[in-house]
Formats: sequence, structure tokens, C-alpha cells
Amino acid sequence: MLRDITERKRAEDEIRTARDTAEAALRDLKAAQASLIHAEKMASLGQLTAGIAHEIKNPLNFVNNFADLSVELLDELKQTTAPAVAALDEETCTEVDEIVRMLTGNLAKIAEHGRRADGIVKSMLAHSRGSSSDRQNVDINALVEEALNLAYHGARAQDQNFNITLERELDADAAPIELVPQDVTRVFLNLFGNGFYATDKRRRDTGEPSFRPKLKVTTRDLGEAVEIRVRDNGIGIAPEFRDKMFQPFVTTKPTGEGTGLGLSISYEIITQQHGGVIEVDSRVGEFTEFTVRLPRYQRPVMTEAAS
Amino acid sequence: MSVSILVVDDEPDVVELLRQCFRREARQGTYVMHFVDSGEAALERLSGNIEPALIAVLSDINMPGMDGLQLLSAIKQRCPDLPVMMVTAYGDDDRRRQAAVGGAAEFLTKPVDFERLKALLRQLSGSQFEETRRSIE
Repeated sequence: MLRDITERKRAEDEIRTARDTAEAALRDLKAAQASLIHAEKMASLGQLTAGIAHEIKNPLNFVNNFADLSVELLDELKQTTAPAVAALDEETCTEVDEIVRMLTGNLAKIAEHGRRADGIVKSMLAHSRGSSSDRQNVDINALVEEALNLAYHGARAQDQNFNITLERELDADAAPIELVPQDVTRVFLNLFGNGFYATDKRRRDTGEPSFRPKLKVTTRDLGEAVEIRVRDNGIGIAPEFRDKMFQPFVTTKPTGEGTGLGLSISYEIITQQHGGVIEVDSRVGEFTEFTVRLPRYQRPVMTEAAS
Repeated sequence: MSVSILVVDDEPDVVELLRQCFRREARQGTYVMHFVDSGEAALERLSGNIEPALIAVLSDINMPGMDGLQLLSAIKQRCPDLPVMMVTAYGDDDRRRQAAVGGAAEFLTKPVDFERLKALLRQLSGSQFEETRRSIE
């Protein structure tokens, strides 16, 4: 009788273990499926984005070139007609001057916004970079350090009042890793830039005098991969936004300040081009932490961006 | 003294754009611009006589039919010394490399920086004058 019970208990335990294993496998499978679907969606969005950019670039070039030329032409017109205009009565003369001034202003605006659009198109085209870029064996710490300096000085150049405490926890034993340096640098510039923006926004929004903007970069050699963490104590990212933040044109910045392409390009560079992983953890009003893992051994055929 | 430039682009508005851009030079007779809308038409034009002396070809890359890079290699076979400048909306490394390998004198991206284009042409026409003067002497 007692043995019966022990026997049954053991059987139950086995069943429970088997069920847990099966459930864990199912969870893993669901996660893998979700990430596959996500990767596929991102890849086609990237291609679509690059395709649109190609189509827009040509007409946009005409807008920009003709706007610039028209400014010159108007200037010439003004000079050529100056004696004749001066001979007109005062009221007409003022009106002619005012119209010419407005026209010049309008053309300058067309040129200015055209260049803004051109900047966006250029970022979009970065989605279609071929796999031709050179892979090099680089020191990840040096690369991170360089990007951090670039981002910091870039932010200071834009806003002299910008300030932040930068912390580095770099794994001195991290062995060199093969990657495309300019593209990975671009990812870090994006992540650091976003971190700076988030901390600065928190400082401006809350106005807490005790708040100290901080960004911490950690590198760690995991053997098969290298891990880079970028953590800021900024405004954080709302949970509902985390699902779509890697999609093109998704931004929380005000119009004109962000293209919504930084993270989508970063995602493509890390996952498609380098076969790595980029993840985010965040709590609103507290912190955001991005984790990038770059595998040391390239999985084959990861880059097949449209050329 | 006047020199010719051959412009190859399938976009018709390029004609108006460059005419406006070089209006002063055209008025002074510095440059005579010739326009064709395809690589094939460019080769046909080159096989004839172009007056005044042709100093450069400015070609788009993306064109239906013969593209700019094919045109570049065809020109380099016939007249290896004629400078060919590639102008393209897509400044990617691949096209840049192909243009360099094909012997392009310059690689410009659209929207074209007119000041740079003018400076390049001034250099070319300057060396052209040198050659002409030397041949006269």
C-alpha cells in the first residue's frame, strides 16, 4: 500500500517534469516563431523603405536643384531691374521690393525643406546597403569609446547646455571581433543619441534639480559573442511602444527632430547584417537599457539586403 | 575660346536645369552644351563631329537601355582620353567602385553641387587650352 503511494507519487512527479519540459519547449517555440515573424516583417519593411527612397530621390533632386537656381535667378532679376524699379513711384517700388523679398524667402524655404527631405531619403537608402561593406577585426571597446566621444561632442555641438555623466564598464579582456565598423558605429551613435535625448527630456520635463543625467556603457566578452549594454536614466519607453519601435518611421520625437529610422536601421545592421540580437528593457520614468549581442562566428547567409 | 560638353540623361528636365545653371557661361560662349537622352544616342553623337572641341561627357548612370556604366566602358574603348563624369542619385559604394574601375574621371551625386561641377569643368577646359596652345606652338 505504502509502496503503491510512493510509486504513484514518483509517476506524478515524472508527469509533472515532462509537462514542464513540454510547456517550456512550447514557450521557446512560440518565442522563436514570434521573432521569425518579426524579422521577416522588418526585412520587408526595410526593402519597401529603400524602394520608396529610390523613387523619391530623383524628383526631390530636381526640386532642390531648381529651388537653388531660382534663388540665383531672382537675385539677377533684382539687380537687372534695379534702375527701372528705382524710377517707379515710392508705393510701387516698395511693393515690388516686398514681393521679391517674399519670393526669395519662399524659395529658400523650398530649398531648406527639400534638403530636410533629402536627409530622410538618405537615411532610408541606408536600408538598402549591399553586403559589400568590409568586415574587419576590431577592438569593440575602442569602437564603443569612439562612438561615445562622437555622440557626446555631437550633442554638445547642438546644445551647449547639454550635460551627462558617462560611465564605462569595458571588459578589458574582450577579444577582437569581426564586424563592419562603420555600420556598428552607426548603431551605437543611434543608441547613445537616443539615450542623451531621453535623459535630457527627463531633465526638462521634470525639472528636478537633483536629477543627474547618466549613460552607462558595458561591454562583456561572452566567448561565442560580445555583449554591449547601453543604459540611460532617461524618460524610458512605454511598453506599448516597444513592439513597434524598431519599425521604420516610428518615433516619439516631435516632427522634424527624428526621422524614425535610427532604430530600424540599427535593428537591420545588428540582426540581418551581423546575425546578432538587439533587445530593450525599460521602465517609464526610470531607465532604458539596450542590449546588443554580436556573435563571434558568423551565421552564413544573413545579409541579403536588396541591392 | 569655346568648348563642348556632352550631357547624357534620360530625364528631360536635366536639359532645362543645366541650361539655367550654365546660362552665364553659355552667354559668354565658354561652354556649348549638347544633350542626348540615352547611352546609344551618346555613342552616335560621339561618332560624328562635335564642334567646338569636346572636353567632357557628363552621364547619368540609371538609364533604360544602355546604362551609364556601359556607356563609360564603350567610350573608354573608343576615346580613352575623353574624360567621362558619372552623375547619379545613388552614391553607393558599389556604383562608385564600378565607375572608378571603368575609368570615370569623376563621380558626382545628385542633387548636383553646381559649384563643384563648374570647378571641375574649369580645370578640364584649362588643360584643354594648354594642349591647344602647345599644339599651335
